[in-house]
Amino acid sequence: MNPMNSSNNSGGCGSEAVDPGRRDVLKFLAVGAAMASGAACDLEGFFRKSFRELSPADVRRMVTGWERKYSRKYGKTVTVSETGPMAGVKFGYGLDLSRCVGCRRCVYACVEENNQSRKEPQIQWIRVLEMDKVHGIDLNHSDIYYDAAEVPRPGKFYMPIQCQQCDDPPCVKTCPVGATWKEKDGIVVIDYDWCIGCRCCMSACPYGARHFNWAEPSLPAEEMNPKTHVLGNRPRPKGVVEKCTFCIQRTREGMYPACVEICPVGARKFGNLLDPESEIRQAMDTKRVFVLKEELATHPSFFYFYAT
Amino acid sequence: MAAALVMTLSGAGAQGAHTPPPQVVKFQKQEKLVEAKAPPLTEGIFPCTQCHNEKVNGKLNTARRELQFHDDIQSEFHHDSENRWCLDCHDAKNRDVLHLTSGAAVTFTESYKLCGQCHGDKYRDWKRGVHGKRIGHWSGEKTYFLCVNCHNPHSPKFKPIKPLPPPTRPSEMKR
Repeated sequence: MNPMNSSNNSGGCGSEAVDPGRRDVLKFLAVGAAMASGAACDLEGFFRKSFRELSPADVRRMVTGWERKYSRKYGKTVTVSETGPMAGVKFGYGLDLSRCVGCRRCVYACVEENNQSRKEPQIQWIRVLEMDKVHGIDLNHSDIYYDAAEVPRPGKFYMPIQCQQCDDPPCVKTCPVGATWKEKDGIVVIDYDWCIGCRCCMSACPYGARHFNWAEPSLPAEEMNPKTHVLGNRPRPKGVVEKCTFCIQRTREGMYPACVEICPVGARKFGNLLDPESEIRQAMDTKRVFVLKEELATHPSFFYFYAT
Repeated sequence: MAAALVMTLSGAGAQGAHTPPPQVVKFQKQEKLVEAKAPPLTEGIFPCTQCHNEKVNGKLNTARRELQFHDDIQSEFHHDSENRWCLDCHDAKNRDVLHLTSGAAVTFTESYKLCGQCHGDKYRDWKRGVHGKRIGHWSGEKTYFLCVNCHNPHSPKFKPIKPLPPPTRPSEMKR
């Protein structure tokens, strides 16, 4: 008999795909080990199903575990939200290249909001490219390491790049374990506990938007943002990939992403692409808009535009 | 038998017709626009009429000239300064308000109406949320900034700013 058919259910979302008996054994082992080492949620995380197969109750239980663990580790009350996508919402992002001055305020606002590793390894989800006005957008001759007393520098323009939340994401296609996927509201997310750290997605991404935790992330407890989301800014372990999630912990609560809030020149627009009145749709309807590397047919949800 | 077959077929057809169309859920937004607080005027300067009144100054002189006062503003004034001066925006008869080219008075809190006279394209984009900045909630209460929250009306062009540090090069990171 095919062991795949031995359980008496259809194997759908949230159902018991593992043989109930085996599951009990795993639970027993987990509990036993937990009593021995006090690392209950780590072991349970190790034996759990992939995120999308978990029942809401399972997710809630895991989330509670993480909240306890993080609160203890960082010495403050950490919340882990599991808020799902809103119905009728598809997120879109607009960036006005005629306004951006390359000040990198967005880069550091993002680091602080999303609990990225500060140094060794230093991880930044937003890269700001400096390019020559006479050459136009030429990624091969762009510079992300520019350092200047003042920006914008004469003859230069700036192009921030972060995850483009593609509708046909190459990173999702290439992931061998299904640890990254596109949510209904358009956000491409990563299950940090399912990621095996193979970095296939990083080489597949044509935007360099994915970053790898080569070492245990350095996140000072006093700088840790305690408002987190399961699929977003909760602290990551060593050896997993991470990237921009349009600030999933903010935007699913209706707020603007941190980079939009900080931008001193108002170059960043965010909203619901399905709402014709939203700022992003207004920009797309009235301005000259393009997507980065259109020829690759990744269909980004991130739109660059020129307001003037 | 044939009737049964027809019944079955029509049943199947009817079932096909009842397949629900792809559901389009309209997002219910509770959007609320809140005006940002205008930046404060220089302390002690308002109301302007405490100095600008005929009892203090005598006859009203509206000729363009170098003033003995407001030298801080005069020195930084870069807003088509070749062609314009104070009284093109500030109302000569009532210094506590501004005025449009039509002569209609505009309060300091509604100065965007004045800006929009010349910068019509920006005014239009700003009302749509394309120009300028909004903070708060994309789907709920959001605060929009006024022209003067970001631009100094006497010198509206943004000044260059110091960028935050560049990222560490991979070669500089520990192995």
